[in-house]
Amino acid sequence: MKELTVFQARLAEADYVADKDLAATLLLQTKLHRPLLLEGDAGVGKTEIAKTLAKIFGCPLIRLQCYEGLDVNSAVYEWNYQHQLLAIKMQESASDSQASKEQDIFSEKYLLKRPLLQAITMDKSPVLLIDEIDRADEEFEAFLLEVLSDFQITIPELGTIKAITKPHVILTSNATRELSDALRRRCLYHYVDYPSFDKELRIITTRMPEVSQRLAGQVVEYVQSLRKMDLRKIPGVSETLDWTAALLKLNLSSLDKDPELIMNTLMCLLKTKEDHDLITRDVSDRLIARSG
Amino acid sequence: MANLSQQEDFELADTLLDHLLGFLHHMRSNGFHLGIQEELDVMKMAESGILLQQKRLRWGLRALLCSCADDWRRFDELFDAFWITPNGTREQASSYSKQMESEKGLDGGQQGGGGDEAIEADHAEEGDDNDAGEGGSKGGASVQQVTAKTDFRQLSDDSKMREMELLVERMAKKMRRRMTRRQRVQRQGNRINLRQTIRNSLRYGGTPLELAFMKRKKQAPRLILLLDVSRSMSLYSFLFLRFARGIIEAFKDSDAFVYHTRLVHVTDALRERDMTKAKEKLALMSSGWSGGTRIGECLQMFNHEYGRRIVNSRSIVMIISDGYDTGEPKQLTEQLQQLKQRARKIVWLNPLLGRDGYEPIAKGMQAALPLLDLFSSAHNLESLMKLEPELMKL
Repeated sequence: MKELTVFQARLAEADYVADKDLAATLLLQTKLHRPLLLEGDAGVGKTEIAKTLAKIFGCPLIRLQCYEGLDVNSAVYEWNYQHQLLAIKMQESASDSQASKEQDIFSEKYLLKRPLLQAITMDKSPVLLIDEIDRADEEFEAFLLEVLSDFQITIPELGTIKAITKPHVILTSNATRELSDALRRRCLYHYVDYPSFDKELRIITTRMPEVSQRLAGQVVEYVQSLRKMDLRKIPGVSETLDWTAALLKLNLSSLDKDPELIMNTLMCLLKTKEDHDLITRDVSDRLIARSG
Repeated sequence: MANLSQQEDFELADTLLDHLLGFLHHMRSNGFHLGIQEELDVMKMAESGILLQQKRLRWGLRALLCSCADDWRRFDELFDAFWITPNGTREQASSYSKQMESEKGLDGGQQGGGGDEAIEADHAEEGDDNDAGEGGSKGGASVQQVTAKTDFRQLSDDSKMREMELLVERMAKKMRRRMTRRQRVQRQGNRINLRQTIRNSLRYGGTPLELAFMKRKKQAPRLILLLDVSRSMSLYSFLFLRFARGIIEAFKDSDAFVYHTRLVHVTDALRERDMTKAKEKLALMSSGWSGGTRIGECLQMFNHEYGRRIVNSRSIVMIISDGYDTGEPKQLTEQLQQLKQRARKIVWLNPLLGRDGYEPIAKGMQAALPLLDLFSSAHNLESLMKLEPELMKL
């Protein structure tokens, strides 16, 4: 258990409040060198985990943001076309053979490394964050699977590039699409839920030491009861942090001081019109009263 | 576990490994997809000493063996069932896993009875053999095969229905992926593809004489679903609602409506993540309806209230109905004509069309037929899947 406690403390030092089970999973991941798939609603701190790991290991964080239509060119490598064109022009008068010219044009000099290739060619294991994998197409997912199992990438013009060091891979998903079983099986899995009252309070006070204990408690209580309501978009931890920052900027020492002003800051928490309509002044006042 | 963790006896760890294999077996019989790789990783994990601490064992195994939120929620219970008996001591608790017994026949019973290590080891090996045959995620695929041709109306029991609903929703989501392929390299197009151009220009000493272009990917159609929920369709309603839900989630700005005597916009209700909540909302909306279907009237309402706003040249209007109409066929024709002017295509899915001997002779159906771009069956999963290439052509 000692190892785990130490690791948890290191996470805390990097300003990430992690439960013991998450810390254990992260520790296991570094031992097994398997990718870790994090699932959970938006704003519960999935991406933050990768950033924290990079901080702890003192290694670079390489981030690949997935989107629909993401293809190999923007994820793995691309040739530097302008550079290549220039080189071809300059070689025009040279007497080299066609083959050697071509070999030069497609050498590593003209290769632009995109995140995946970058991640496997580093001297020191980086943290590779593949964000919102559920947004990428299935074809890309299949390709990713190949990279994650062999840690090697084949470039037709250059040959196969093997990983020098294996990166720590973190995948996140908001579950907007079913991921393939194959990918799921390749990964360790952790479900990140909304934090409990105590945990969220600790997160707030860790991230913003200047906030008073009273305000932090109120804020967390308010947000926690907000989450229980039938909202279209439930506020995550990052929203809580935003809101707290906003309240600090406005020099509010407690929520019940100026309920009117609170209404005007709710845009930090509520992100759709329907949700705004739902939380009327009355509702907000009730929430404030309940949060003590 | 507590008293075990105090003694770091090597042999004891060995026994524990056997139990661990037994646990993997237990998880497998409870529907977890575990292969050799997982087994090796569990061994690796065990070597690092995690094995002797109950909490870390739990967390480690959870991270390793779970692969979706569903597994995650079930894990703790299964873990406790195997490792902890009510009085707190660790035991082969096969009596807790009823599923396991029912699936593996006598296996579970034997394991519970024999505390003998040798027997347990045997079991572990048996587990390996089984796995090689079953092969991980194959289970899912074969399930699909069995049910792809099953007529929806033959799904009598609830669990089968749930399964089909899930499949239908997933399929709807997949449709989008394939309908909007990425950009393609072409000889004509609106964007230059530099990669291919450079390749081509090598031939001409670097002068880009032969340009390669990217063609814009096909834009996703805007799907509008009009779902008949009258009594004659009651068998299929929920299934098609799931279909609609999948479509709505996958296709940007798609919309869904249900109707029989009135028309109701249900897109928002379907966006609800929780299916039970969605059902509640839908039930609230449609309460107090009665009488037969009046398709024409509902279409008029649709044209009047929503037509201008949401139907455009990118829209494919999908009407899902059996065509039994108590309204005037003339009205239906008029309204369809009006709709046709505005929408790109009109598709009619009829779940009865798959039945032997069914002819679309219902008055409403007869009136509508000449105006449809596509008239297709929708009685099983396969017919819905076939829809996708057809939609592509439209």
